[in-house]
Amino acid sequence: MVSAVFHSPLASRQRAQDTRGDGAARSPVRAEVSKPARPSIPQDERVSVRRPTIDTRAIWLALLPPVIGFALLVGVWALLTKTGGAFPTPTETLVSAQKLFAHPFYRNGPNDQGIGWNILFSLERVGVGFGLAALVGIPLGFVIGRFAFASRMVNPLISLLRPVSPLAWLPIGLLVFKAANPAAIWTIFICSIWPMVINTAVGVQRVPEDYLNVARVLKLSEWKVITKILLPAVLPYMLTGVRLSVGTAWLVIVAAEMLTGGVGIGFWVWDEWNNLNVAHILIAIFIIGIVGLLLEQLLVGIAKRFSYDE
Amino acid sequence: MTNDTAARDFIKVENVEMVFSTRKGSFHALRDINLGVTQGEFVTLIGHSGCGKSTLLNLIAGLLKPTSGVLLCDRREIAAPGPERGVVFQNHSLLPWLTCFDNVLLAVESVFGGREMKRKLAERTEAALVLVGMGHALDKRPHEISGGMKQRVGIARALAMEPKVLLLDEPFGALDALTRARLQDELLKIVARTKSTVLMVTHDVDEAVLLSDRIVMMTNGPAATIGEILSVVLPRPRERVELAEDADYVHCRKAVLDFLYRRQAHVERAAA
Repeated sequence: MVSAVFHSPLASRQRAQDTRGDGAARSPVRAEVSKPARPSIPQDERVSVRRPTIDTRAIWLALLPPVIGFALLVGVWALLTKTGGAFPTPTETLVSAQKLFAHPFYRNGPNDQGIGWNILFSLERVGVGFGLAALVGIPLGFVIGRFAFASRMVNPLISLLRPVSPLAWLPIGLLVFKAANPAAIWTIFICSIWPMVINTAVGVQRVPEDYLNVARVLKLSEWKVITKILLPAVLPYMLTGVRLSVGTAWLVIVAAEMLTGGVGIGFWVWDEWNNLNVAHILIAIFIIGIVGLLLEQLLVGIAKRFSYDE
Repeated sequence: MTNDTAARDFIKVENVEMVFSTRKGSFHALRDINLGVTQGEFVTLIGHSGCGKSTLLNLIAGLLKPTSGVLLCDRREIAAPGPERGVVFQNHSLLPWLTCFDNVLLAVESVFGGREMKRKLAERTEAALVLVGMGHALDKRPHEISGGMKQRVGIARALAMEPKVLLLDEPFGALDALTRARLQDELLKIVARTKSTVLMVTHDVDEAVLLSDRIVMMTNGPAATIGEILSVVLPRPRERVELAEDADYVHCRKAVLDFLYRRQAHVERAAA
């Protein structure tokens, strides 16, 4: 069965480090090293006792690591680009970004539009492709989860089609729709549908037997079973699927747009590559990352809103 | 058939056999089950775990179909679950996304929704929750209330359907002893008021003797059957503290203990 719970690679790496740490702790060398660090802890505690309302230590611990991480990234980047070359330095990139974001919504003809337009066009394609995928995928997932026959019928097809790269779907879209934009939407549709189908189906299959027994004892109509039992029980799984799908859709759009052209962040990256404007490509990478992050956070927020406590 | 015999055999189980087909092969759960329950009677099913007492209850609930044999409720064959047989599940089985009120309303709507106004349905729901002492928690969700309270709401949900029979599957099994005692007392009061016919699965000897008119003792599985039926002729209302030294009570208690731990003890011996 396909698991609906996805561990982040970070979490598993953390676990691997923990187990490695256990091994190291047994050696006497490590034990000696760890001793001098101890006296510093009471000092921190004294600070937090004086001001009990704000836990400064916790704030520092939450803020410091990501800040250090970013600082390291920028630092390495600065070091590597210090000698010059085609690769822009962080400062150059920042200056370039300031210029870029000064006029995000300008329009100089169909092939020269502001970065804001490019992002919005990409988001629109993702929205349409992903929306269609949700419209088809979620009901399909319900059918697969509810009826074993449908599940056995469709599962081999899903296993076969799911691992196919987005770029392999693009020619099919171009062939059928004979236009770039629908082909890009088609590619997003076909790539982002699977997580929703699979997670919805798993969610339906995992609805506790007790709840379905309740439905039988209460003689609920099929409509009531769907609205009062299946939908709320499956919703958390469904939203996991939606979250993964949006992530996939946003991944796919860049590749699809590079090939289809038009206005969009993916095409923009390709265009800037042809202009040899590497700073803009770097900015695009940050933009793509940040938009993806925001989309994900948005859906995590929605998922939290709709999840229930046992 | 006269009305009189219908009352005596309100629930009738005839030659019921239950074989589960699992992936590892078939499992013979129950054989030769014959049981009649009178209207208004309180019957408990007791036995060691795995003796198929919950299976028998699920058969009467209509959640399972027997491999062979017939089950009747009020002279009608039991083919599927129905609102005339209210079930209280072992783990309360309240829907976590609905409030206590909505959980009970769901049951009320499915029984009375076709013929009564919304206002009347809400009144019924509230009345059922007040009956089990949960009138204060109408808008709470199941995770906000204690285990005992959840079980009360579960009972309210079953009672709100005005069932002819109340089927309880170890309703107090997961509760602490004090809460359990309180809920047992309240169940006795509710049943006395509503004059319900009750069939309850339990593994608690005191619970069985305190609540029942008859105790159905089941032999150990696989292929379990009814080993003995004990009539508890204690006057009602029953009071647990007074009964503790009552000779009849002690006698019934000893009879059940003797059945469970002397004659049907091999499960325990195998585990030890």
